[in-house]
Amino acid sequence: MGKIDDATLKALKEKALSVRLGIIEALGIDHRGHLGGSMSCADIVTALYFYKMKHSAKSPDDPDRDRFIMSKGHSVLAQYAALAEAGYFGKDVLATTKSLGSVLQGHPERETPGVEANTGSLGQGFSMGVGMAIAGKLDKRDYHVYVIVGDGELAEGQIWEATMASNVYSLDNLTVIVDMNGIQAMGKTRDRYAIQNIPGRFAAFGWKTFEIDGHDLADIVGTLDKATAVKGAPTAVIARTVKGKGVTFAENSHDYHNNLLTPETREKAIASVMAM
Amino acid sequence: MSDKKIEKNPRAAYGLALLEAAKANKNIVALDADLCTSTQSAQIQNNLPEQYIEMGIGEANMVSAAAGLALCGKIPFVHTFAIFVTARPYEQIRQGVCLPKLNVKIVGSSVGLSDFGDGATHQCFEDLALMSVLPNMTVFAPVDATEVPKVVRAALAINGPVYIRLNRNDTPLVTEEATPFEVGKPLVLAEGKDVAICVNGVTADMGLKAREILAKSGKSASVVNFSTIKPLDEKAVRAALGSVRALVTVEEHSVIGGLGAAIARVLSRAPLPTERIGFADRYGQSAHEYEQLLERYGLTPDNIAKAALGLL
Ligand SMILES: [Mg+2]
Repeated sequence: MGKIDDATLKALKEKALSVRLGIIEALGIDHRGHLGGSMSCADIVTALYFYKMKHSAKSPDDPDRDRFIMSKGHSVLAQYAALAEAGYFGKDVLATTKSLGSVLQGHPERETPGVEANTGSLGQGFSMGVGMAIAGKLDKRDYHVYVIVGDGELAEGQIWEATMASNVYSLDNLTVIVDMNGIQAMGKTRDRYAIQNIPGRFAAFGWKTFEIDGHDLADIVGTLDKATAVKGAPTAVIARTVKGKGVTFAENSHDYHNNLLTPETREKAIASVMAM
Repeated sequence: MSDKKIEKNPRAAYGLALLEAAKANKNIVALDADLCTSTQSAQIQNNLPEQYIEMGIGEANMVSAAAGLALCGKIPFVHTFAIFVTARPYEQIRQGVCLPKLNVKIVGSSVGLSDFGDGATHQCFEDLALMSVLPNMTVFAPVDATEVPKVVRAALAINGPVYIRLNRNDTPLVTEEATPFEVGKPLVLAEGKDVAICVNGVTADMGLKAREILAKSGKSASVVNFSTIKPLDEKAVRAALGSVRALVTVEEHSVIGGLGAAIARVLSRAPLPTERIGFADRYGQSAHEYEQLLERYGLTPDNIAKAALGLL
């Protein structure tokens, strides 16, 4: 636990590359989409789907499967890319994202194979994860629930209602990962609610907390293994990330929170990701 | 005038009905936001504690967590006062429950003026409007304590979101055990041919009394109860209304978006002259007695009879 072998790490890095290329594929050309937040959580999503989670595209309704919820639903492009890579639907479907009638909507919907809940109205996905974790306890099932929230999302009051409830019910089957990229739709998170000491906030509510580099796959998987071994308390993994990670011209900027790629910038984006 | 009817408490009947259902179906869970005695979800807390989940005073989290529970096969019944379970977590209901059509039951207690003492902040005249406008939501307003268990069973038979509104106080019994409850169909409580008094919940007995007043003026009024606000079946509504010339709708709810609005919507292709009695775009206030408030805001048999006469 806490350390993975080189072959596993290499395979995960290849998956992360596929996920990033899948995000670009899903974004398409000349359609606005949430590139920045999808790229910032791409490595975490990769680690969950291709290392940590017990799941299978062949049995998406298995009651014992681990659950993943993208509470920061706008970053669903990363999830779509991972689901396609995992075989929940064909990779050719990615290009239909957000087109009329597509099974891949602008925010997560349960109609999409592999998507567990309708999220994207910020704060709500976390609470849905709480409900799923409570259900797991009631039914004495050993699945684990993973929720990714954004750092801007932490301004939602519901986040802290959910944080309290998770502790009251000792939801050690719940892990919340904060994609702390420091940027939200309109600018820097620190220029808005400046939510400092995020680990301390979760710890004050009785959570066991971890801090990681959200782009270091070895760090991510090692910490996820530690988090799921915790007994008696919910776990929060605070991941330092870079908005737009991998697409250099989109990194650390809110310009690509929700923006489009032209044929030219798309080529640049692909080249940039390939060069990672 | 008939003698005063027997009165029973709808929320007490609800608690017992939920307990019976939860004993039979272990997937039923009751969630409450620290008001389980008021809402009577305490029946589950006390008798089936493993099926009770206290969510603290956090209604938004409660509703979204209910969605998560439903996604794992549970049948959550979500409770608190009507205003706090509909208006406060409204968007959570829309996004997390109704959009994905999850099997979550929202139960609003202390509707209308029925929380008379607590005043305007705790009274609720908006719940039917708020819940009716949501796609996939079924909306029930049971007429009395006898009907409540039938409504709970009907809610369970629907694999999707349901809202049930409940009065806080003892209210007159106007139905019997054998009276049928059919989703989407009005129930004729009393026949008549000139005007139909359309009622639900606590206003049903007022309608019956207004009918007697009208009879003294030689006018024949029917009283038609609407325990389903949505969906409403146009054919069933027209059949229940018969050949009356006019309608009076009476509700312990805003005249905007409630019973009167639902009836107007289904009759819109061939409408009848209608007087709507209810909360006229305003808030309530505190009083020591429920009846004082009903009278203060015009929910009385006399007022209903007057409105009917004005239409005839
Ligand atoms: Mg952010």
